Amino acid sequence: MKGLEWRHFSRSPSDGMGRKRSLWSRLHLDPWLLLLLLSLMGAGLVVLYSASGMSLAVTLGQTSRFGVALLAMFVIAQFSPGTLCRWTPLGYFIGVAMLVAVEVMGDMGMGAQRWLEIPGIIRFQPSELMKLAVPMMVATYLYKRPLPPSMRDLLVCALIIGMPVMLIMRQPDLGTSLLVACAAVFVIFLAGLSWRVIGLLAVLLASALPLLWFNMHEYQRQRVLTFLNPESDPLGAGWNIIQSKTAIGSGGVFGKGWGLGTQSQLEFLPERHTDFIGAVLGEEWGLIGMLVFLALYVLIVGRGLFLANTAQDTYGRLVGGSIVLTFFIYVFVNMGMVSGILPVVGVPLPLVSFGGTSSVTLLIGFGILMSVHTHRRLLPR
Amino acid sequence: MSRERRSTTRRRSPNNGPMGRGRYFFLLGIVIIGLSALIGRIAYLNVIDRDFLQNQGDARTLRVEPINAHRGMISDRNGDPLAISTPVVTLWANPQELPSDPTQLETLARALKMNPDTLEARVERYSEHEFMYLRRRMTPEAAKPARELDIPGVYAKDEYKRYYPSGDVAAQLVGVTNVDDHGQEGLELAYDDYLSGQPGKRRVLKDRKGRLVRDLHLLKDAKPGGDLTLSIDLRLQYMAYRELQKSVDAHDADGGSLVMMDARSGEVLAMANLPSYNPNNRTSIDVNGLRNQAVTDAIEPGSVMKPLAMSAALATDKIDPDTIIDTSPGWMVIDGYTISDFRNYGKLTPGEILLHSSNIGMSHIALQLSKGTIWKQYQRLGLGQAPGTGFPGEGSGSLPSLSGLSRSAQASMAYGYGLSLTPLQLASAYTAIANDGRRLHPSLLKRPSAPIGDQVMSPTIAHELLGMLEKIVQPDAGGSRAMVEGYRIAGKTGTVRKVTAGGYQQKAYRGLFAGIAPVSDPRIVTVVMIDNPKGDEYYGGLVAAPVFGRVVGKALRLLDVPPDKQETSE
Repeated sequence: MKGLEWRHFSRSPSDGMGRKRSLWSRLHLDPWLLLLLLSLMGAGLVVLYSASGMSLAVTLGQTSRFGVALLAMFVIAQFSPGTLCRWTPLGYFIGVAMLVAVEVMGDMGMGAQRWLEIPGIIRFQPSELMKLAVPMMVATYLYKRPLPPSMRDLLVCALIIGMPVMLIMRQPDLGTSLLVACAAVFVIFLAGLSWRVIGLLAVLLASALPLLWFNMHEYQRQRVLTFLNPESDPLGAGWNIIQSKTAIGSGGVFGKGWGLGTQSQLEFLPERHTDFIGAVLGEEWGLIGMLVFLALYVLIVGRGLFLANTAQDTYGRLVGGSIVLTFFIYVFVNMGMVSGILPVVGVPLPLVSFGGTSSVTLLIGFGILMSVHTHRRLLPR
Repeated sequence: MSRERRSTTRRRSPNNGPMGRGRYFFLLGIVIIGLSALIGRIAYLNVIDRDFLQNQGDARTLRVEPINAHRGMISDRNGDPLAISTPVVTLWANPQELPSDPTQLETLARALKMNPDTLEARVERYSEHEFMYLRRRMTPEAAKPARELDIPGVYAKDEYKRYYPSGDVAAQLVGVTNVDDHGQEGLELAYDDYLSGQPGKRRVLKDRKGRLVRDLHLLKDAKPGGDLTLSIDLRLQYMAYRELQKSVDAHDADGGSLVMMDARSGEVLAMANLPSYNPNNRTSIDVNGLRNQAVTDAIEPGSVMKPLAMSAALATDKIDPDTIIDTSPGWMVIDGYTISDFRNYGKLTPGEILLHSSNIGMSHIALQLSKGTIWKQYQRLGLGQAPGTGFPGEGSGSLPSLSGLSRSAQASMAYGYGLSLTPLQLASAYTAIANDGRRLHPSLLKRPSAPIGDQVMSPTIAHELLGMLEKIVQPDAGGSRAMVEGYRIAGKTGTVRKVTAGGYQQKAYRGLFAGIAPVSDPRIVTVVMIDNPKGDEYYGGLVAAPVFGRVVGKALRLLDVPPDKQETSE
């Protein structure tokens, strides 16, 4: 059966890799996407080294995490979409269970609780897992149903999405919960949600905004208010935004040079090697550096969308499209935050900010995308 | 699975259906819109808003730091230092940044040679603050070990510390600076601008915690202050101070002053005052010790004025060195005031009047002259005018107004009452007698060349007076204690009742001696004043003249002045 798949592949007119293609597909990897990801990660490490104050320890730590993440990507890519689809409900329910566990531990008096830890073995955020598990679960449910989804299906989807999202929101981690919801909504959208329903939901959402506002924590409201007018509290909550804009703007077109950013190197810029690493990039590499990184991201998104769009089955299209679009949302939200057009939410710059869990999640997502692309059946014309 | 999908696709049109490309293109459009927004925003920040944000960035990191200028040295006329600035290091800490690890604090304490418990207690006490001194003004060598530890939160500031090698000996003359290195007293204050120099400026890069990251460039080089060479001779100063102290201690006096002037140049060679203070130790400064009394405090001079009054009389045709004045019966009444001599001296020549310090004789002479004769001479000799040394708080003394001068005041002025002057002014006036009638203005700075001086009396009169004053410094005369072996000395004693708010005091005196040496070719003029000596000895001839004798004797030998006296009398 596998032989058939490969044969089909070699005849695909859209791929120009020639003979090597069969090797890549045997490895279940997409060479273009891999090349782009590696370029981004390599360039990200260069920025991180400077952003961490020339800390070799931080940079090497990130490098080893990238190694783990790449391995995870490779392993995931070996599973066929069907397998992934079968295991999705299990992963989803384990994720929800862990979120409940986190919630219970948080109630036991440990304040904001996002981490689950088996001491000495592993320590990770269940919410991170849900970024993939929720959209996959929605896709798993929807791909078997007639599309576009009926009202009943939508209600089931709302339940699938709502449960984990509410739990994450209670951690409290508004940013991640919105991203998880967003990823799942992409799936529904790609599944062909009718524009009428979209319009209806948009109205509902708009009317729910005040409700959201009153359910927000004080610091979350503060963030929104500060975003709307950062100068109102320049030394407090507005500091991050003002510093970040200052760092980027003072870089100019060509930047101040690697390791020479005064704002970032002299500790004026907060969170410089995590969420605000984009400001370091802007200050030290200028407009040119920002554009280079944006170009890498766009190429990744473009290649990703191509892969998702050429997927053979609904499941692959839904999951692949959601993964790629969520990736772009990360980029947009982080860059928007750093440049001051979006409020401060704790979203890292994908594959550049320091942090292991998010890199692993992102690359697992790309692993799924590669799996969708490379596991093909020969279809009758 | 695939069959289902295909059937779905077939049901719907490929571009608008649930899995149609339309949805992808729609999302692609959103991606492009989002991307354009980001690029637009970043380009706006990096290109259009750049100048503003660049300035904002610079405002956070760029600082202009002063560079301390090295304060000039004050030295004596031979270049021996009186005040020098040495680099010191002040170590301070931000308790918020100090490591909480007690072993680190202990290491720091050991490097500072402090008791670790003391340091820990102090850090605890300042734990709410962001600044505390660890140790101020250490030598750079002592601060080095602590600096090299590189403990976070420990900072060093380079400063200069003023050090006064001569300590209390010339304290009031030299003065002191404050912690900011600015003159507060004495010549340090008078010449502060000159000594301070111009601090420089440099642009530096500082991080959020205010730590200096690097020097960017020099804006203005620091211009070091100028060096100040004083007229005093530290050897003479030490000696004068020591002898003055001995006398003040021996007579349990409140204090004293000594001024020694070069009789050819007017330069002050020594200027000592008691009480004094140690400028290197500010913890116990006696406020009374701060005043340079020799320059600032005008006193009623008494009999030491008689030779100066006599110079006015000798210039008239009414009095010459041989004129006989009858001082019998040893007392007289003017305007209801009774004046008296120590005893009835009978008929006296001007020289004898000075020898016996006869108030009656001086009064008779003063009353024979026209009213302004002595007054005008006193004015020529510098009374009532600041000497112009530039010393802060320089006293000018006082003369009564000429128009309202009563007969009694006219007489008392001749023997040194009813007017005031500083010891420095007195010494300056005596230079006229020593310098062929030409008075020299005093200078506290070394002079490049000797000034000519103001001719205030004829050379003849100056020589005559010198001769008369030499007779006072003879065995069995009032100034005998001022005699110096091998040298001819001229001088005049004086004893004045101190004036306080209630008028003349019964038992508080000043003993004075003003003299010139050597007589054959005068080199130095010296004034000694002992303030409020206790006990039976309070006459100028007994408390001030011995100081004069010892100081001048040593000074003449130090200055290599050839002896001018043949030892024939013994």
